[in-house]
Amino acid sequence: MPILKLEKITQEFGGLRALDSVDLEVREREIFGVIGPNGAGKTTLFNIITGIYVPTEGDLLFKGKKLNGLPAHKIASLGIARTFQNIRLFGRLSVEDNVKIGSMALMPAGFWSSLLGLPSERKAGRKAEEKSRFLLKMLGLYEKRKEYASSLAYGEQRKLEIARALALEPSLLLLDEPAAGMNPAEKDELMDLIRRIRDDMGITILLVEHDMHLVMNICERIAAFDYGRKIAEGSPDRVKNDERVIMSYLGDLGE
Amino acid sequence: MDAWFAQYVDAYYLRIMVLIGINIILALGLNLITGVTGQLSMGHAGFMSIGAYTAAILTLHYGTSFVLALLSGSLMAAFFGFIIGIPTLRLEGDYLAMVTIGFAEIIRVFFLNFELGGKAVGLYGMQQYTTFSMVFILVILVVVLNWQLLKSRYGRALYAIRENEIAAEACGVNTTGMKVAAFTMGSFLAGLAGGLYSHYMGYIAPQDFGFMRSIEILNMVVLGGMGSIPGVMLGAAVLTVLPEMLRIVADYRLLFYGALLVILMIFRPNGIMGDMRLYDLKQRLRTKEVKTCRS
Repeated sequence: MPILKLEKITQEFGGLRALDSVDLEVREREIFGVIGPNGAGKTTLFNIITGIYVPTEGDLLFKGKKLNGLPAHKIASLGIARTFQNIRLFGRLSVEDNVKIGSMALMPAGFWSSLLGLPSERKAGRKAEEKSRFLLKMLGLYEKRKEYASSLAYGEQRKLEIARALALEPSLLLLDEPAAGMNPAEKDELMDLIRRIRDDMGITILLVEHDMHLVMNICERIAAFDYGRKIAEGSPDRVKNDERVIMSYLGDLGE
Repeated sequence: MDAWFAQYVDAYYLRIMVLIGINIILALGLNLITGVTGQLSMGHAGFMSIGAYTAAILTLHYGTSFVLALLSGSLMAAFFGFIIGIPTLRLEGDYLAMVTIGFAEIIRVFFLNFELGGKAVGLYGMQQYTTFSMVFILVILVVVLNWQLLKSRYGRALYAIRENEIAAEACGVNTTGMKVAAFTMGSFLAGLAGGLYSHYMGYIAPQDFGFMRSIEILNMVVLGGMGSIPGVMLGAAVLTVLPEMLRIVADYRLLFYGALLVILMIFRPNGIMGDMRLYDLKQRLRTKEVKTCRS
């Protein structure tokens, strides 16, 4: 059974059709890439999966459960975490707190137990702290845990977003252009990290990326989008050589 | 204890201290809504008036004990905060500000025509139940609970909503629910402060809770530092004492008051204590120690 299944998903904004009857299947423990030129509907796709938009038509199934119309925080608590194309950190909170908030879906904080500092809440707080320590060490941000998230360098901020998403202990991780603005060395490191997340933690990864080198290297399967439609799907080699993909997007890569 | 204070502390200073305490409770309430959760509310005086009137009507007309009246007033304000919060907190920024201003005006006009509330004359003759020691204890209680909540994960999540709502939602934070909760808590504190206020002044009228009063409370939060408990307490104290100190300049009081606000905002745009963290202060102290050791 696929972990994530989209059936005839259509998203309209006024008269604009951002996604047009899209079918997509992501299998468990795979690294799946979504490519396409700007405005192809990739980020819209992410926003639908994470519940920021409610699709105009179609069904969204996660582990066989229908997600349509669920609020974003509910979807998160089912085990879907994401990062954002334009980084969305909690800038004026510490690095450590950013990661701790990431585990809110896993261990919701009750109002009264927080207000009164009950033992159950303290325990959850310690657990969140342990997890944030582990994740920050894994991503090499532990030394900076007390700094404001907004004071981190760009590449570190991208890493922190991944740490925060992992704190949710997701079974599906959505990465929206994780390599944007990174230099080649950082990109190599990122590829390594993505593989480790899949192999060591068993997390399925769905990513949107413009960097073809990265996509072709780490993704097992790829779907290409153009004008809200899926135009090709399959192994990197197949998509790379697909005529329509080359026409719409990879044209200059063939040179 | 209060008798002792009355004997040794000048009545004028005691009065200012009580007002500072009431304003701290008010401002900490608004701080939860605007400073911490980032929802701009400009109608805090409306919730204060609900608490003030409810408590005063209960003690005046129904002979309820003060503690019960105070609690009822706070709960009534919290209830309205909750009711208003559900539809309006889907709005953001300026739109929310507009709705809260409108709500506070509705409340004011309601009391202006409310038979039981004495219409335009207001209510008078309330016993001065509010004492300095009572305000003092309540302030400590409110500060401790605020601090407890804000350092918890729940509190961090409230800050996260202010920082980035979409990201908070993606982390599994129920942003709508938490915004309503913050609004309800803030209104509760406003109601509490209102009840204390009406039973300290002994007289309340609708014009005590107008738009300017809301702005004054917002000033305390912004001036002190959004989201910082010590900052907001300082802001409340400064803005209570300042008008008193400016009595020297008599007619130009409001002019100086305004000018001082502008100057403070230029030099401390994040509020007096808005960008201060205990951790940074400790860090600074530590590095200083190292330097003295080497020299």
